[in-house]
Amino acid sequence: MNQPIWYALIATALFCIGLAGLVINRHLLRRILAINVMSTGVFLMFVALAGRTGALPDPVPLAMVLTGLVVSVSATALALVLIVRIQHLHGCVEFPEDDA
Amino acid sequence: MSQMAALVLMPLFGAFIAFVLPRYARITGITVAFIQLGLALSLATTIYAGETLRLSAAGWDPPLGIGLYADGLTALFLCLTSVVGLGTSLHAIGYFKFDRNDSNHNTSAHGWWPLWLALWAALNALFLTEDAFNLYVTLELIGLAAVALVALEAHAVAAATRYLLVGLLGSMFYLLGVGLLYALHGTVDMKALSAGMQPEPAAWMAMALMTAGLLLKTALFPLHFWLPPAHANAPAPVSAILSALVVKAAFYALLRLWLGPFEPLAADLAGQLIGILGAAAIIWGSVQAFMAPRLKLVVAYSTVAQIGYLFLWFPLAGSSIAGSIAWYGVVWLALSHGLAKAGLFLAAGNILHASGHDRVTDLAGVGQHLPITLFAVGIACASIMGLPPSGGFVGKWLLLNAAFVSGQWWWAVVMLLGGIMAAAYSFRVLLHAFRNKESQLPQHRPHPVMEWSALALAVCAVLLGILSAQPLALLEVGASVGELALTEAPK
Repeated sequence: MNQPIWYALIATALFCIGLAGLVINRHLLRRILAINVMSTGVFLMFVALAGRTGALPDPVPLAMVLTGLVVSVSATALALVLIVRIQHLHGCVEFPEDDA
Repeated sequence: MSQMAALVLMPLFGAFIAFVLPRYARITGITVAFIQLGLALSLATTIYAGETLRLSAAGWDPPLGIGLYADGLTALFLCLTSVVGLGTSLHAIGYFKFDRNDSNHNTSAHGWWPLWLALWAALNALFLTEDAFNLYVTLELIGLAAVALVALEAHAVAAATRYLLVGLLGSMFYLLGVGLLYALHGTVDMKALSAGMQPEPAAWMAMALMTAGLLLKTALFPLHFWLPPAHANAPAPVSAILSALVVKAAFYALLRLWLGPFEPLAADLAGQLIGILGAAAIIWGSVQAFMAPRLKLVVAYSTVAQIGYLFLWFPLAGSSIAGSIAWYGVVWLALSHGLAKAGLFLAAGNILHASGHDRVTDLAGVGQHLPITLFAVGIACASIMGLPPSGGFVGKWLLLNAAFVSGQWWWAVVMLLGGIMAAAYSFRVLLHAFRNKESQLPQHRPHPVMEWSALALAVCAVLLGILSAQPLALLEVGASVGELALTEAPK
Protein backbone atom coordinates (compact mmCIF):
# COMPACT_ATOMS: atom_id res chain seq x y z
CA MET A 1 0.00 0.00 0.00
CA ASN A 2 1.59 3.26 -1.07
CA GLN A 3 1.70 6.51 0.78
CA PRO A 4 -1.05 8.52 -1.00
CA ILE A 5 -3.54 5.71 -0.38
CA TRP A 6 -2.66 5.76 3.30
CA TYR A 7 -3.32 9.47 3.41
CA ALA A 8 -6.59 9.02 1.54
CA LEU A 9 -7.70 6.42 4.08
CA ILE A 10 -6.79 8.71 6.97
CA ALA A 11 -8.67 11.51 5.21
CA THR A 12 -11.77 9.33 4.93
CA ALA A 13 -11.50 8.43 8.61
CA LEU A 14 -11.23 12.11 9.57
CA PHE A 15 -14.25 12.95 7.43
CA CYS A 16 -16.30 10.25 9.15
CA ILE A 17 -15.13 11.23 12.64
CA GLY A 18 -16.11 14.83 11.93
CA LEU A 19 -19.49 13.77 10.54
CA ALA A 20 -20.18 11.64 13.63
CA GLY A 21 -19.11 14.52 15.88
CA LEU A 22 -21.44 16.91 14.10
CA VAL A 23 -24.39 14.58 14.55
CA ILE A 24 -23.69 13.46 18.12
CA ASN A 25 -22.66 16.67 19.87
CA ARG A 26 -25.18 19.22 21.03
CA HIS A 27 -22.72 21.88 22.13
CA LEU A 28 -22.33 24.25 19.19
CA LEU A 29 -18.61 24.85 19.69
CA ARG A 30 -18.04 21.10 19.41
CA ARG A 31 -20.18 21.02 16.29
CA ILE A 32 -18.09 23.77 14.70
CA LEU A 33 -14.94 21.86 15.61
CA ALA A 34 -16.48 18.73 14.10
CA ILE A 35 -17.11 20.57 10.82
CA ASN A 36 -13.48 21.66 10.89
CA VAL A 37 -12.34 18.07 11.37
CA MET A 38 -14.46 17.12 8.36
CA SER A 39 -12.95 19.84 6.24
CA THR A 40 -9.46 18.79 7.31
CA GLY A 41 -10.35 15.32 6.06
CA VAL A 42 -11.43 16.71 2.69
CA PHE A 43 -8.31 18.86 2.39
CA LEU A 44 -6.08 15.93 3.28
CA MET A 45 -7.79 13.98 0.53
CA PHE A 46 -6.86 16.69 -1.96
CA VAL A 47 -3.26 16.71 -0.71
CA ALA A 48 -3.14 12.91 -1.05
CA LEU A 49 -4.40 13.31 -4.64
CA ALA A 50 -1.69 15.84 -5.35
CA GLY A 51 0.96 13.42 -4.15
CA ARG A 52 -0.06 10.47 -6.23
CA THR A 53 1.36 11.69 -9.55
CA GLY A 54 4.95 10.87 -8.60
CA ALA A 55 7.96 12.93 -7.63
CA LEU A 56 6.51 16.39 -8.24
CA PRO A 57 3.18 17.06 -6.53
CA ASP A 58 0.31 18.20 -8.73
CA PRO A 59 -0.23 21.92 -7.97
CA VAL A 60 -3.93 22.11 -8.89
CA PRO A 61 -5.36 20.23 -5.85
CA LEU A 62 -3.00 22.21 -3.63
CA ALA A 63 -4.37 25.47 -5.02
CA MET A 64 -7.88 24.14 -4.36
CA VAL A 65 -6.95 23.35 -0.77
CA LEU A 66 -5.72 26.92 -0.29
CA THR A 67 -9.04 28.25 -1.56
CA GLY A 68 -10.88 25.80 0.64
CA LEU A 69 -8.88 26.88 3.69
CA VAL A 70 -9.82 30.52 3.15
CA VAL A 71 -13.49 29.56 2.88
CA SER A 72 -13.22 27.37 5.95
CA VAL A 73 -11.60 30.11 8.05
CA SER A 74 -14.31 32.63 7.08
CA ALA A 75 -17.09 30.15 7.76
CA THR A 76 -15.63 29.28 11.17
CA ALA A 77 -15.34 32.96 12.06
CA LEU A 78 -18.96 33.58 11.09
CA ALA A 79 -20.10 30.53 13.05
CA LEU A 80 -18.20 31.69 16.15
CA VAL A 81 -19.78 35.15 15.98
CA LEU A 82 -23.20 33.54 15.69
CA ILE A 83 -22.74 31.23 18.68
CA VAL A 84 -21.56 34.14 20.83
CA ARG A 85 -24.85 35.82 19.94
CA ILE A 86 -26.78 32.64 20.74
CA GLN A 87 -25.15 32.57 24.14
CA HIS A 88 -26.20 36.17 24.79
CA LEU A 89 -29.73 35.44 23.62
CA HIS A 90 -30.42 32.03 25.14
CA GLY A 91 -27.79 31.73 27.87
CA CYS A 92 -26.42 28.46 26.51
CA VAL A 93 -24.43 27.40 23.48
CA GLU A 94 -26.97 24.92 22.12
CA PHE A 95 -29.87 25.16 19.75
CA PRO A 96 -33.07 26.02 21.57
CA GLU A 97 -35.54 23.12 21.38
CA ASP A 98 -37.99 24.90 19.14
CA ASP A 99 -36.75 27.71 16.94
CA ALA A 100 -39.36 27.46 14.23
CA MET B 1 -19.20 39.03 -23.71
CA SER B 2 -18.31 41.80 -21.34
CA GLN B 3 -21.80 41.60 -19.83
CA MET B 4 -20.77 38.30 -18.24
CA ALA B 5 -17.87 39.86 -16.35
CA ALA B 6 -19.92 42.95 -15.49
CA LEU B 7 -22.75 40.83 -14.08
CA VAL B 8 -20.36 39.47 -11.47
CA LEU B 9 -18.13 42.49 -10.87
CA MET B 10 -20.81 45.19 -10.72
CA PRO B 11 -22.63 43.95 -7.59
CA LEU B 12 -19.29 43.11 -5.98
CA PHE B 13 -18.15 46.68 -6.52
CA GLY B 14 -21.51 47.90 -5.26
CA ALA B 15 -21.13 45.78 -2.12
CA PHE B 16 -17.75 47.39 -1.50
CA ILE B 17 -19.15 50.92 -1.85
CA ALA B 18 -22.17 50.10 0.29
CA PHE B 19 -19.87 48.76 3.00
CA VAL B 20 -17.36 51.63 2.95
CA LEU B 21 -19.88 54.44 2.45
CA PRO B 22 -23.06 53.34 4.25
CA ARG B 23 -24.59 56.74 3.61
CA TYR B 24 -24.71 55.98 -0.12
CA ALA B 25 -25.59 52.30 0.32
CA ARG B 26 -29.21 52.62 -0.71
CA ILE B 27 -28.61 54.66 -3.84
CA THR B 28 -25.75 52.32 -4.81
CA GLY B 29 -27.94 49.27 -4.31
CA ILE B 30 -30.80 50.60 -6.41
CA THR B 31 -28.45 51.78 -9.18
CA VAL B 32 -26.73 48.40 -9.30
CA ALA B 33 -30.13 46.65 -9.37
CA PHE B 34 -31.29 48.63 -12.42
CA ILE B 35 -27.97 48.16 -14.24
CA GLN B 36 -28.09 44.42 -13.49
CA LEU B 37 -31.50 44.13 -15.07
CA GLY B 38 -30.22 45.90 -18.17
CA LEU B 39 -27.13 43.68 -18.35
CA ALA B 40 -29.11 40.48 -17.86
CA LEU B 41 -31.61 41.47 -20.55
CA SER B 42 -28.86 42.43 -22.99
CA LEU B 43 -27.10 39.10 -22.36
CA ALA B 44 -30.42 37.32 -22.92
CA THR B 45 -30.90 39.18 -26.23
CA THR B 46 -27.43 38.19 -27.39
CA ILE B 47 -28.07 34.56 -26.56
CA TYR B 48 -31.57 34.68 -28.02
CA ALA B 49 -29.90 35.37 -31.36
CA GLY B 50 -28.68 31.79 -31.15
CA GLU B 51 -25.14 31.68 -29.83
CA THR B 52 -23.79 30.53 -26.50
CA LEU B 53 -21.10 32.67 -24.89
CA ARG B 54 -17.78 31.64 -23.39
CA LEU B 55 -15.27 33.80 -21.59
CA SER B 56 -11.96 32.88 -20.02
CA ALA B 57 -11.30 35.04 -17.00
CA ALA B 58 -8.13 37.11 -17.41
CA GLY B 59 -7.41 35.38 -20.70
CA TRP B 60 -6.41 32.05 -19.13
CA ASP B 61 -8.22 29.21 -20.82
CA PRO B 62 -9.61 26.29 -18.85
CA PRO B 63 -8.40 23.96 -17.38
CA LEU B 64 -5.86 26.42 -15.95
CA GLY B 65 -8.09 29.48 -15.78
CA ILE B 66 -11.70 29.96 -14.82
CA GLY B 67 -14.17 29.62 -17.64
CA LEU B 68 -17.45 31.51 -17.76
CA TYR B 69 -20.21 30.10 -19.93
CA ALA B 70 -23.68 31.31 -20.74
CA ASP B 71 -26.47 29.60 -22.64
CA GLY B 72 -30.24 29.95 -22.58
CA LEU B 73 -30.58 28.36 -19.14
CA THR B 74 -27.94 30.71 -17.70
CA ALA B 75 -29.61 33.72 -19.27
CA LEU B 76 -33.02 32.83 -17.84
CA PHE B 77 -31.67 32.36 -14.32
CA LEU B 78 -29.72 35.61 -14.59
CA CYS B 79 -32.92 37.37 -15.68
CA LEU B 80 -34.83 35.77 -12.79
CA THR B 81 -32.15 36.96 -10.38
CA SER B 82 -32.19 40.50 -11.70
CA VAL B 83 -35.99 40.79 -11.72
CA VAL B 84 -36.36 39.35 -8.21
CA GLY B 85 -33.30 41.35 -7.14
CA LEU B 86 -34.72 44.63 -8.41
CA GLY B 87 -38.13 44.00 -6.83
CA THR B 88 -36.59 43.04 -3.52
CA SER B 89 -34.17 45.98 -3.54
CA LEU B 90 -37.07 48.37 -4.06
CA HIS B 91 -39.00 46.67 -1.26
CA ALA B 92 -35.95 46.98 0.98
CA ILE B 93 -35.97 50.78 0.63
CA GLY B 94 -39.20 50.84 2.57
CA TYR B 95 -38.52 47.86 4.81
CA PHE B 96 -35.15 48.89 6.17
CA LYS B 97 -36.12 52.55 6.41
CA PHE B 98 -38.76 51.57 8.92
CA ASP B 99 -36.16 49.55 10.77
CA ARG B 100 -33.82 52.46 11.08
CA ASN B 101 -36.29 54.43 13.19
CA ASP B 102 -36.62 51.45 15.46
CA SER B 103 -33.74 51.35 17.91
CA ASN B 104 -33.75 47.53 18.07
CA HIS B 105 -32.98 47.16 14.40
CA ASN B 106 -30.33 49.77 14.02
CA THR B 107 -27.74 47.46 12.58
CA SER B 108 -29.86 45.59 10.04
CA ALA B 109 -30.10 48.41 7.52
CA HIS B 110 -26.31 48.76 7.51
CA GLY B 111 -25.82 45.05 6.98
CA TRP B 112 -28.45 44.56 4.30
CA TRP B 113 -27.01 46.37 1.28
CA PRO B 114 -23.40 45.15 1.31
CA LEU B 115 -24.42 41.57 2.12
CA TRP B 116 -27.18 41.47 -0.44
CA LEU B 117 -25.00 42.88 -3.21
CA ALA B 118 -22.25 40.38 -2.33
CA LEU B 119 -24.84 37.60 -2.45
CA TRP B 120 -25.99 38.87 -5.83
CA ALA B 121 -22.44 38.75 -7.21
CA ALA B 122 -22.04 35.19 -5.92
CA LEU B 123 -25.36 34.08 -7.46
CA ASN B 124 -24.42 35.49 -10.86
CA ALA B 125 -20.99 33.88 -10.61
CA LEU B 126 -22.61 30.52 -9.88
CA PHE B 127 -24.94 30.77 -12.86
CA LEU B 128 -22.03 31.65 -15.16
CA THR B 129 -19.44 29.20 -13.93
CA GLU B 130 -18.36 26.21 -15.95
CA ASP B 131 -16.19 24.48 -13.43
CA ALA B 132 -17.17 22.12 -10.64
CA PHE B 133 -14.72 23.55 -8.13
CA ASN B 134 -15.84 27.08 -8.83
CA LEU B 135 -19.37 25.92 -8.14
CA TYR B 136 -18.16 24.98 -4.65
CA VAL B 137 -16.60 28.42 -4.11
CA THR B 138 -19.69 30.28 -5.30
CA LEU B 139 -21.98 28.01 -3.26
CA GLU B 140 -19.94 28.85 -0.16
CA LEU B 141 -20.02 32.57 -0.92
CA ILE B 142 -23.77 32.37 -1.35
CA GLY B 143 -24.10 30.37 1.87
CA LEU B 144 -22.01 32.74 3.97
CA ALA B 145 -23.77 35.86 2.69
CA ALA B 146 -27.19 34.26 3.10
CA VAL B 147 -26.49 33.18 6.69
CA ALA B 148 -25.32 36.67 7.60
CA LEU B 149 -28.48 38.10 6.03
CA VAL B 150 -30.70 35.78 8.08
CA ALA B 151 -28.82 36.81 11.21
CA LEU B 152 -29.80 40.46 10.58
CA GLU B 153 -32.98 39.59 12.45
CA ALA B 154 -31.87 39.32 16.08
CA HIS B 155 -34.17 36.45 17.07
CA ALA B 156 -33.27 34.42 13.98
CA VAL B 157 -29.69 33.85 15.09
CA ALA B 158 -30.26 30.20 16.08
CA ALA B 159 -31.96 29.53 12.75
CA ALA B 160 -29.05 31.23 10.99
CA THR B 161 -26.50 29.07 12.82
CA ARG B 162 -28.36 25.89 11.93
CA TYR B 163 -28.49 27.09 8.33
CA LEU B 164 -24.75 27.72 8.38
CA LEU B 165 -23.89 24.28 9.80
CA VAL B 166 -26.14 22.53 7.28
CA GLY B 167 -24.69 24.57 4.44
CA LEU B 168 -21.14 23.72 5.47
CA LEU B 169 -22.01 20.03 5.80
CA GLY B 170 -23.45 20.07 2.29
CA SER B 171 -20.36 21.81 0.96
CA MET B 172 -18.05 19.22 2.52
CA PHE B 173 -19.87 16.39 0.77
CA TYR B 174 -19.82 18.32 -2.46
CA LEU B 175 -16.12 19.15 -2.21
CA LEU B 176 -15.17 15.55 -1.48
CA GLY B 177 -17.00 14.57 -4.66
CA VAL B 178 -15.12 17.23 -6.62
CA GLY B 179 -11.87 15.73 -5.29
CA LEU B 180 -12.87 12.30 -6.61
CA LEU B 181 -13.76 13.75 -10.01
CA TYR B 182 -10.38 15.46 -10.18
CA ALA B 183 -8.66 12.21 -9.22
CA LEU B 184 -10.46 10.41 -12.06
CA HIS B 185 -10.13 12.96 -14.83
CA GLY B 186 -7.47 15.47 -13.85
CA THR B 187 -9.84 18.36 -14.51
CA VAL B 188 -12.85 20.02 -12.94
CA ASP B 189 -14.02 21.76 -16.09
CA MET B 190 -17.58 20.53 -16.66
CA LYS B 191 -17.30 20.35 -20.42
CA ALA B 192 -14.16 18.24 -20.24
CA LEU B 193 -15.71 16.10 -17.50
CA SER B 194 -18.83 15.39 -19.56
CA ALA B 195 -16.70 14.26 -22.46
CA GLY B 196 -14.68 11.73 -20.49
CA MET B 197 -17.12 10.35 -17.93
CA GLN B 198 -17.21 6.56 -17.65
CA PRO B 199 -19.65 4.58 -15.51
CA GLU B 200 -17.33 3.24 -12.80
CA PRO B 201 -17.56 2.96 -9.00
CA ALA B 202 -15.46 6.04 -8.21
CA ALA B 203 -17.55 8.18 -10.57
CA TRP B 204 -20.77 6.92 -8.96
CA MET B 205 -19.30 7.73 -5.56
CA ALA B 206 -18.50 11.27 -6.70
CA MET B 207 -21.99 11.66 -8.12
CA ALA B 208 -23.57 10.40 -4.89
CA LEU B 209 -21.47 12.71 -2.69
CA MET B 210 -22.00 15.82 -4.82
CA THR B 211 -25.72 15.15 -5.27
CA ALA B 212 -26.20 14.52 -1.55
CA GLY B 213 -24.43 17.78 -0.69
CA LEU B 214 -26.57 19.73 -3.13
CA LEU B 215 -29.80 18.04 -2.00
CA LEU B 216 -29.00 19.22 1.52
CA LYS B 217 -28.55 22.76 0.22
CA THR B 218 -31.72 22.55 -1.88
CA ALA B 219 -33.63 21.33 1.18
CA LEU B 220 -35.20 18.28 -0.43
CA PHE B 221 -37.31 16.27 2.01
CA PRO B 222 -36.14 14.84 4.45
CA LEU B 223 -33.18 17.26 4.45
CA HIS B 224 -35.48 20.28 4.63
CA PHE B 225 -35.56 20.70 8.44
CA TRP B 226 -33.32 23.78 8.40
CA LEU B 227 -35.31 25.71 5.80
CA PRO B 228 -38.57 26.72 7.51
CA PRO B 229 -36.98 28.37 10.59
CA ALA B 230 -34.38 30.20 8.51
CA HIS B 231 -36.77 31.39 5.79
CA ALA B 232 -39.64 32.22 8.14
CA ASN B 233 -37.62 34.23 10.66
CA ALA B 234 -35.39 36.25 8.34
CA PRO B 235 -36.32 39.84 7.42
CA ALA B 236 -38.89 39.85 4.58
CA PRO B 237 -36.58 40.87 1.70
CA VAL B 238 -34.07 38.24 2.86
CA SER B 239 -36.76 35.52 2.99
CA ALA B 240 -37.76 36.46 -0.54
CA ILE B 241 -34.22 36.13 -1.83
CA LEU B 242 -33.57 32.88 0.03
CA SER B 243 -36.68 31.14 -1.25
CA ALA B 244 -36.64 32.59 -4.74
CA LEU B 245 -32.95 32.54 -5.58
CA VAL B 246 -30.62 30.88 -3.08
CA VAL B 247 -32.39 27.51 -3.07
CA LYS B 248 -32.66 27.70 -6.86
CA ALA B 249 -28.92 28.28 -7.13
CA ALA B 250 -28.17 24.88 -5.57
CA PHE B 251 -30.83 23.34 -7.82
CA TYR B 252 -29.26 25.02 -10.85
CA ALA B 253 -25.93 23.41 -9.90
CA LEU B 254 -27.69 20.02 -9.76
CA LEU B 255 -29.29 20.58 -13.17
CA ARG B 256 -25.96 21.54 -14.72
CA LEU B 257 -24.20 18.52 -13.24
CA TRP B 258 -26.90 16.00 -14.11
CA LEU B 259 -27.24 17.31 -17.65
CA GLY B 260 -23.47 17.51 -18.07
CA PRO B 261 -20.92 15.29 -16.35
CA PHE B 262 -23.36 12.92 -14.65
CA GLU B 263 -25.55 12.26 -17.65
CA PRO B 264 -23.83 9.04 -18.68
CA LEU B 265 -23.97 7.83 -15.07
CA ALA B 266 -27.57 8.63 -14.27
CA ALA B 267 -29.18 5.34 -13.39
CA ASP B 268 -32.92 4.95 -13.54
CA LEU B 269 -32.96 3.83 -9.91
CA ALA B 270 -31.26 7.02 -8.65
CA GLY B 271 -33.74 9.14 -10.59
CA GLN B 272 -36.71 7.23 -9.18
CA LEU B 273 -35.35 7.54 -5.65
CA ILE B 274 -34.95 11.30 -5.96
CA GLY B 275 -38.42 11.48 -7.48
CA ILE B 276 -39.88 9.66 -4.47
CA LEU B 277 -38.21 12.15 -2.15
CA GLY B 278 -39.63 14.95 -4.29
CA ALA B 279 -43.12 13.47 -4.04
CA ALA B 280 -42.74 13.11 -0.27
CA ALA B 281 -41.62 16.75 -0.10
CA ILE B 282 -44.75 17.86 -1.97
CA ILE B 283 -47.06 16.00 0.40
CA TRP B 284 -45.22 16.71 3.64
CA GLY B 285 -44.49 20.37 2.82
CA SER B 286 -48.12 21.02 1.86
CA VAL B 287 -49.48 19.36 5.01
CA GLN B 288 -47.12 21.39 7.17
CA ALA B 289 -47.99 24.57 5.28
CA PHE B 290 -51.66 23.89 5.92
CA MET B 291 -51.08 23.48 9.64
CA ALA B 292 -48.50 26.21 10.18
CA PRO B 293 -49.67 28.85 12.65
CA ARG B 294 -47.81 31.79 11.08
CA LEU B 295 -48.11 33.21 7.57
CA LYS B 296 -44.37 33.30 6.92
CA LEU B 297 -44.11 29.70 8.07
CA VAL B 298 -46.90 28.76 5.65
CA VAL B 299 -44.92 30.37 2.85
CA ALA B 300 -41.69 28.66 3.94
CA TYR B 301 -43.29 25.20 4.02
CA SER B 302 -44.84 25.94 0.66
CA THR B 303 -41.27 26.39 -0.60
CA VAL B 304 -40.44 22.90 0.74
CA ALA B 305 -43.40 21.53 -1.23
CA GLN B 306 -42.65 23.44 -4.43
CA ILE B 307 -39.02 22.31 -4.35
CA GLY B 308 -40.41 18.77 -4.40
CA TYR B 309 -41.90 19.47 -7.84
CA LEU B 310 -38.50 20.44 -9.20
CA PHE B 311 -37.14 17.02 -8.27
CA LEU B 312 -39.82 15.21 -10.27
CA TRP B 313 -37.62 16.06 -13.24
CA PHE B 314 -35.09 13.39 -12.23
CA PRO B 315 -37.28 10.29 -12.81
CA LEU B 316 -38.69 11.80 -16.01
CA ALA B 317 -35.33 12.83 -17.47
CA GLY B 318 -34.51 9.30 -18.63
CA SER B 319 -36.53 8.98 -21.82
CA SER B 320 -35.75 11.34 -24.65
CA ILE B 321 -39.08 12.97 -25.56
CA ALA B 322 -40.46 13.05 -22.03
CA GLY B 323 -37.06 14.15 -20.78
CA SER B 324 -37.00 17.25 -22.93
CA ILE B 325 -40.60 18.20 -22.05
CA ALA B 326 -39.84 17.66 -18.37
CA TRP B 327 -36.72 19.80 -18.65
CA TYR B 328 -38.65 22.77 -20.02
CA GLY B 329 -41.31 22.18 -17.40
CA VAL B 330 -38.93 22.09 -14.47
CA VAL B 331 -37.08 25.23 -15.54
CA TRP B 332 -40.41 26.96 -15.99
CA LEU B 333 -41.55 25.87 -12.57
CA ALA B 334 -38.29 27.07 -10.99
CA LEU B 335 -38.59 30.48 -12.64
CA SER B 336 -42.24 31.04 -11.86
CA HIS B 337 -41.86 29.75 -8.31
CA GLY B 338 -38.98 32.19 -7.84
CA LEU B 339 -41.10 35.16 -8.94
CA ALA B 340 -44.28 34.11 -7.13
CA LYS B 341 -42.53 33.14 -3.90
CA ALA B 342 -40.55 36.38 -3.80
CA GLY B 343 -43.80 38.32 -4.20
CA LEU B 344 -45.48 36.19 -1.55
CA PHE B 345 -42.70 36.64 1.02
CA LEU B 346 -42.59 40.39 0.41
CA ALA B 347 -46.36 40.58 0.84
CA ALA B 348 -46.16 38.48 4.02
CA GLY B 349 -43.50 40.90 5.24
CA ASN B 350 -45.87 43.81 4.62
CA ILE B 351 -48.61 42.12 6.64
CA LEU B 352 -46.18 41.38 9.47
CA HIS B 353 -44.95 44.96 9.32
CA ALA B 354 -48.44 46.45 9.37
CA SER B 355 -50.08 44.36 12.06
CA GLY B 356 -47.04 43.45 14.16
CA HIS B 357 -47.76 39.71 13.89
CA ASP B 358 -48.51 37.19 11.16
CA ARG B 359 -50.73 34.64 12.92
CA VAL B 360 -52.90 33.14 10.21
CA THR B 361 -56.04 33.02 12.34
CA ASP B 362 -55.76 36.74 13.20
CA LEU B 363 -55.36 38.05 9.69
CA ALA B 364 -58.86 39.53 9.55
CA GLY B 365 -58.82 43.10 8.31
CA VAL B 366 -55.81 42.73 6.02
CA GLY B 367 -58.13 42.96 3.02
CA GLN B 368 -59.51 46.26 4.25
CA HIS B 369 -56.25 47.92 5.12
CA LEU B 370 -53.73 46.41 2.70
CA PRO B 371 -55.67 45.68 -0.50
CA ILE B 372 -52.63 45.83 -2.80
CA THR B 373 -50.67 43.45 -0.61
CA LEU B 374 -53.55 41.02 -0.42
CA PHE B 375 -53.97 41.21 -4.19
CA ALA B 376 -50.28 40.29 -4.49
CA VAL B 377 -50.81 37.31 -2.16
CA GLY B 378 -53.76 36.15 -4.26
CA ILE B 379 -51.95 36.38 -7.59
CA ALA B 380 -48.80 34.73 -6.24
CA CYS B 381 -50.87 31.91 -4.75
CA ALA B 382 -52.59 31.40 -8.11
CA SER B 383 -49.21 30.80 -9.73
CA ILE B 384 -48.11 28.49 -6.93
CA MET B 385 -51.30 26.46 -7.20
CA GLY B 386 -50.71 26.30 -10.95
CA LEU B 387 -53.85 28.05 -12.15
CA PRO B 388 -53.86 29.14 -15.80
CA PRO B 389 -52.54 31.42 -17.24
CA SER B 390 -49.72 31.74 -14.73
CA GLY B 391 -46.14 30.58 -15.15
CA GLY B 392 -46.73 27.89 -12.54
CA PHE B 393 -49.48 26.47 -14.75
CA VAL B 394 -47.17 26.20 -17.78
CA GLY B 395 -44.50 24.47 -15.71
CA LYS B 396 -46.86 21.99 -14.09
CA TRP B 397 -48.64 21.33 -17.35
CA LEU B 398 -45.35 20.48 -19.08
CA LEU B 399 -44.32 18.22 -16.21
CA LEU B 400 -47.71 16.47 -16.26
CA ASN B 401 -47.33 16.02 -19.99
CA ALA B 402 -43.89 14.49 -19.49
CA ALA B 403 -45.24 12.12 -16.85
CA PHE B 404 -47.92 10.83 -19.22
CA VAL B 405 -45.62 10.62 -22.25
CA SER B 406 -43.11 8.55 -20.30
CA GLY B 407 -45.89 6.35 -18.94
CA GLN B 408 -45.07 7.17 -15.32
CA TRP B 409 -48.60 8.33 -14.47
CA TRP B 410 -48.04 8.08 -10.71
CA TRP B 411 -46.00 11.29 -10.72
CA ALA B 412 -48.97 13.03 -12.31
CA VAL B 413 -51.16 11.90 -9.40
CA VAL B 414 -48.70 13.44 -6.95
CA MET B 415 -48.59 16.69 -8.95
CA LEU B 416 -52.36 17.02 -9.03
CA LEU B 417 -52.62 16.17 -5.34
CA GLY B 418 -49.95 18.79 -4.60
CA GLY B 419 -51.92 21.36 -6.58
CA ILE B 420 -55.07 20.68 -4.55
CA MET B 421 -53.13 20.90 -1.30
CA ALA B 422 -51.52 24.16 -2.43
CA ALA B 423 -55.03 25.49 -3.05
CA ALA B 424 -56.02 24.36 0.45
CA TYR B 425 -53.25 26.19 2.29
CA SER B 426 -53.57 29.26 0.06
CA PHE B 427 -57.31 29.53 0.63
CA ARG B 428 -56.85 29.03 4.36
CA VAL B 429 -54.72 32.20 4.38
CA LEU B 430 -56.96 34.12 1.98
CA LEU B 431 -60.12 33.15 3.88
CA HIS B 432 -58.82 34.68 7.09
CA ALA B 433 -57.33 37.71 5.34
CA PHE B 434 -60.55 38.58 3.52
CA ARG B 435 -62.67 38.66 6.67
CA ASN B 436 -63.56 42.17 7.70
CA LYS B 437 -62.89 43.43 11.15
CA GLU B 438 -64.04 46.57 12.92
CA SER B 439 -60.55 47.50 13.80
CA GLN B 440 -58.28 50.42 14.06
CA LEU B 441 -55.83 51.22 11.28
CA PRO B 442 -52.68 49.11 11.28
CA GLN B 443 -49.82 50.22 13.49
CA HIS B 444 -47.43 50.99 10.67
CA ARG B 445 -48.62 51.51 7.14
CA PRO B 446 -46.12 49.91 4.78
CA HIS B 447 -44.46 52.29 2.38
CA PRO B 448 -46.24 52.17 -1.02
CA VAL B 449 -43.09 50.86 -2.71
CA MET B 450 -43.24 47.81 -0.44
CA GLU B 451 -46.77 46.98 -1.55
CA TRP B 452 -46.22 47.67 -5.24
CA SER B 453 -42.94 45.72 -5.46
CA ALA B 454 -44.66 42.64 -3.99
CA LEU B 455 -47.49 43.01 -6.49
CA ALA B 456 -45.09 43.56 -9.41
CA LEU B 457 -43.22 40.30 -8.69
CA ALA B 458 -46.46 38.36 -8.36
CA VAL B 459 -47.68 39.80 -11.67
CA CYS B 460 -44.37 38.82 -13.31
CA ALA B 461 -45.06 35.20 -12.28
CA VAL B 462 -48.34 35.37 -14.22
CA LEU B 463 -46.75 37.16 -17.18
CA LEU B 464 -44.26 34.29 -17.41
CA GLY B 465 -47.20 32.10 -18.36
CA ILE B 466 -48.77 34.52 -20.83
CA LEU B 467 -45.56 35.54 -22.57
CA SER B 468 -43.81 32.20 -22.56
CA ALA B 469 -42.93 31.89 -26.26
CA GLN B 470 -39.72 33.96 -26.33
CA PRO B 471 -38.30 32.68 -23.04
CA LEU B 472 -38.95 29.09 -24.11
CA ALA B 473 -37.10 29.77 -27.36
CA LEU B 474 -34.28 31.30 -25.32
CA LEU B 475 -34.08 28.15 -23.24
CA GLU B 476 -33.47 26.08 -26.39
CA VAL B 477 -30.17 27.85 -27.06
CA GLY B 478 -27.32 25.59 -26.05
CA ALA B 479 -29.63 23.08 -24.38
CA SER B 480 -28.47 19.48 -24.48
CA VAL B 481 -32.05 18.25 -24.71
CA GLY B 482 -34.04 18.49 -27.90
CA GLU B 483 -36.41 21.32 -28.67
CA LEU B 484 -39.83 21.31 -27.12
CA ALA B 485 -42.02 18.95 -29.11
CA LEU B 486 -45.34 18.38 -27.45
CA THR B 487 -46.85 15.13 -28.53
CA GLU B 488 -50.45 14.16 -28.92
CA ALA B 489 -52.49 12.70 -26.12
CA PRO B 490 -50.78 9.75 -24.42
CA LYS B 491 -51.57 6.24 -25.48
